[in-house]
Amino acid sequence: MLPKKWVLVPALFLAAVLAVTACQPPAAPPATESVAKILTVGYTTSQTGSYNVSSTRQVNGLNLWMKEVNDAGGIKLSDGTVITFTGESYDDESNKDRVQELYTRLATEDNADVLISPYSSGLTAAAAVIAEQYGKVMITTGAASDATYKEGYTQVFQAYTPASRYLTGAVDLLAHVDPSVKRIAFVYENDKFSTDVVTAAKDYAESLGYEVVLFEGYDSATTDFGPFINKIEATSPEALMGGGHFQDGSTFARQIHEKGVTAGFFALLVAPPEPDFADLGGAALGVIGPSQWEPLAAFTPESAKEAGLEWFGRTGEEFVAAYVAAYDEEPSYHSIGGYVAGVILQKAIIDADSTDPAAIRKAMDALDVLTCYGRVKFDTSAEAHGLQIGHDMVYIQWQEDDAGSLAKQVVWPLEGATAETLYPKP
Amino acid sequence: MKQWRRPGLWLSLALTVAVSLWPVFASNKAYAREVAFTILKATALASSLNILLGYTGYVSFGHIVFFGLGGYVGFYLISVHSLPIYVGVLAAAASAALLAFLLGKAILRLRGAYFALATIGVNEAARAFIKNFDPFGGPTGMTLNFSVYRHYGGPNQALWIAYAAVAGLTLLVVLTSFLVKTSRFGLGLMAIRENEDAAEVMGVVAPSAKTWAYVISAVFPAMIGVLFFFKNGNIEPGDAFVLHQSIESIVMVMLGGQGTVLGPLLGAAAYQRLRGFLLVSPLFKNIQLTVSGVLLLVIILFVPAGLVGWLRGRFPPLRRVLE
Amino acid sequence: MLDFIVASLADGLLLGFVYGIAAMGLSLIWGVMDVINLSHGSIMALGMFGIYFAFNDWGLHPYLTLVLVAGAGLLLGILIYSAAVHRVIDAPHLSTLLATFSVDMILIGIGTALLSTSPRNVDFTLGSISLGPITLPWVRLAAALAAILVAALLHLFLYRTRSGKSIRAVANNRAAAELMGIPSSRVLALSFGLGTMLATIAGALISTFFPFTVLAGGAYQLRSFVICVLGGLGNPLGALIGGLILGGLEGIIPAFMETSWVPVVEFILFVAMLLVRPAGLLRSKT
Repeated sequence: MLPKKWVLVPALFLAAVLAVTACQPPAAPPATESVAKILTVGYTTSQTGSYNVSSTRQVNGLNLWMKEVNDAGGIKLSDGTVITFTGESYDDESNKDRVQELYTRLATEDNADVLISPYSSGLTAAAAVIAEQYGKVMITTGAASDATYKEGYTQVFQAYTPASRYLTGAVDLLAHVDPSVKRIAFVYENDKFSTDVVTAAKDYAESLGYEVVLFEGYDSATTDFGPFINKIEATSPEALMGGGHFQDGSTFARQIHEKGVTAGFFALLVAPPEPDFADLGGAALGVIGPSQWEPLAAFTPESAKEAGLEWFGRTGEEFVAAYVAAYDEEPSYHSIGGYVAGVILQKAIIDADSTDPAAIRKAMDALDVLTCYGRVKFDTSAEAHGLQIGHDMVYIQWQEDDAGSLAKQVVWPLEGATAETLYPKP
Repeated sequence: MKQWRRPGLWLSLALTVAVSLWPVFASNKAYAREVAFTILKATALASSLNILLGYTGYVSFGHIVFFGLGGYVGFYLISVHSLPIYVGVLAAAASAALLAFLLGKAILRLRGAYFALATIGVNEAARAFIKNFDPFGGPTGMTLNFSVYRHYGGPNQALWIAYAAVAGLTLLVVLTSFLVKTSRFGLGLMAIRENEDAAEVMGVVAPSAKTWAYVISAVFPAMIGVLFFFKNGNIEPGDAFVLHQSIESIVMVMLGGQGTVLGPLLGAAAYQRLRGFLLVSPLFKNIQLTVSGVLLLVIILFVPAGLVGWLRGRFPPLRRVLE
Repeated sequence: MLDFIVASLADGLLLGFVYGIAAMGLSLIWGVMDVINLSHGSIMALGMFGIYFAFNDWGLHPYLTLVLVAGAGLLLGILIYSAAVHRVIDAPHLSTLLATFSVDMILIGIGTALLSTSPRNVDFTLGSISLGPITLPWVRLAAALAAILVAALLHLFLYRTRSGKSIRAVANNRAAAELMGIPSSRVLALSFGLGTMLATIAGALISTFFPFTVLAGGAYQLRSFVICVLGGLGNPLGALIGGLILGGLEGIIPAFMETSWVPVVEFILFVAMLLVRPAGLLRSKT
């Protein structure tokens, strides 16, 4: 039998070795020179998991911006410093578990100077905490939930129109298209984002005198909307609004069509603006959806002058052309969400004329500018700091063009409309 | 107590302490703390699961339900009622214990695969229920107002406090696991694992023993859950009841060696480091799920006793040290 | 109200047939070799994608491709059995559970890398038929018929053919079957293959009515667990009946409470079934 100490000593040695090898080698400090400076932009992307598609588009937009700025020679500050950008990113697997660990890594190990949010409100809420905890400016995009900005954060700035204003425009559109309609049904995916949207829309509709005949949620894993649709039909709504994300939204649209539901006005979240929505064929015709941005949207330096706003950045056409050239696909609003996050950062640095985080923050607080994405302005009150208050949704509808194939048209707001609303839905 | 002289206990405790202290001495403290937090959380979950799975032989796929429910109860008290962390933690432990007790009485009658399925059912039912339960925020969940961190001296301090608590709890779990294993109670559990009917004939009161094992295994995830969500700053139904995490806990126990004290520890550390490495490595970033799957399969097929089990089988003298 | 219940019940029952086929695969494998196939869902998703590519890229009729997809499912199952399950078939439950779980991870990992999680839709429709308050799409009726056909064929196979009887023999008592000259390992591989074949058939049928992604199989896998418990293991008819019950419930529950409560009811029912009558409504037969 081996003496006890022969066993104990190697065991303790083993423990010590494990402890030592678990230590990470220290990260090299970033190079700081007075003339050329590289700012690291840190973010996570959902390379796997259910947010994969939207997140990829968002990152494409961000990378397009970064390439444009770097190719143009970077940002030149008044003291001669030239700033270029580099990105550092990891896969968050569309799940929150790793988000905080990865953002902490970005903030502390990789020394990211600025953070961009992941895609989706849920993941962004987790990441925002880290940004706040480590005092890093974070621009959120792909995240519409209002709640994140009501928690007393000061470092987080939202690029998207908040959830509370997603469907309110649809109610306005309905009032414009058919003032005789009185009965609206709201049906929504039982998750954070959709619930926020329809709750705000319901309050708005009721304040305008509409009767909400149904207000009900369905579980995210619902595959068959048949029974639900029967329930909706039983309340005879004249307008139907709500939905959730792409998958359930498109299933829902398809089944509404199959069952021949009679409501004349049908507005869904998230799904309709996606180009792939047209795969539904006849079921997509007449469906309205709110979008953060559409390629058809007409924001130009001229319209900025008319509105009395400052213009910054490329025009929408230039962005679309560059995106198509780089990625061989049409940009969606997720794409421009990523792009404009970079544009906002760029403008803030130019306005601040420095890369000091406090100066950048001050510049963001003061920002009020028109871009190809629309107007960008942040709420600076203590209760809702960082909430996006300048940007509004545009509403698209799928209509048949002259060749008989489906195409998106902007139907609201009227200033940006490219076609009349098709009503009632065929 | 003779148990205190067994080297196996000290090795396990020493490793846990080593991991816990690493962030204090690392060059990048904050990041090291985040990584260590994940490892310790995984260790606590795996080790507590081991009490039910490894010692008693009952495969639970719903272990994560206690993490989620405990997390919700504690978070609710901290966020909505502004109570201190320790109240949240203790309340979570109490509610998890109560739930496990009641649930145990019902489902521990089932054997084998049926028990496993019942635990899945419980987890999914809990998640679906919480999603509809408005006091806990329904589908939106709850978010912690940032000012709460100021009560603890600012976010940095609060995070370190949460970390210290998790480290302490993990040490407690490891200790508990060891004490259970070397006690008469544990002996009864292992007898149940080997042959429940024979154990009952020999005088082990199986229903009562199993229920206590279930309760003990439930208390720790609940407490860790509160601290995890406190650190995260928000809680949603989709994050609290992730079935996949339950399965990961099983994997960690298997990897290290079920039915041992050291096994879940090593399994958790190895699994988390592997996943962390795969996620950030440029080579494996895109296929990390596949790589994890292949590794797991290889282990199941060729080394089912896990690392510690294999070592104990191969080098009998090590059995004294590798408990 | 009655109209609504009738219409929803019809919807639910039709869908229930397809749920039944999905569950049949799981039930067969479980009943024959006491293995819970955790990769069931991702295999269903593969069936869905099979139809998608055949229809969208080559213009093949979904019901024709169904046969090809079924064949592929059979082969895939035999492969998975040989590679992952065979070595641990006699080990404690946990090993086979984790083995099939790792296969699931591998399939989803490869699937996501190759196909991304972008939702796909098979825009195949045969129109609908209206009977009073009920509007039924023809694809669903066809799927229900296909389900019944498959169930009948499976029953015939298990009870009237030699291979089928070997399967039942091995399920009953593997050692005795070996003694009687039945090559049990091959039989087990075949059973596993049949189980996965049913999964791909179910996936293929589902692709004709819902859009899907690589991850879509998970929800059906959970339902399959519930159905297997309801209907009894290893019993094809039981799985079909269990599927109908579940589908029917999903149809009528929204009439009485908020639709978002449907999963809560499903899982409480599941746990209750396990406690009260774990063998299922129809006792498990082999």
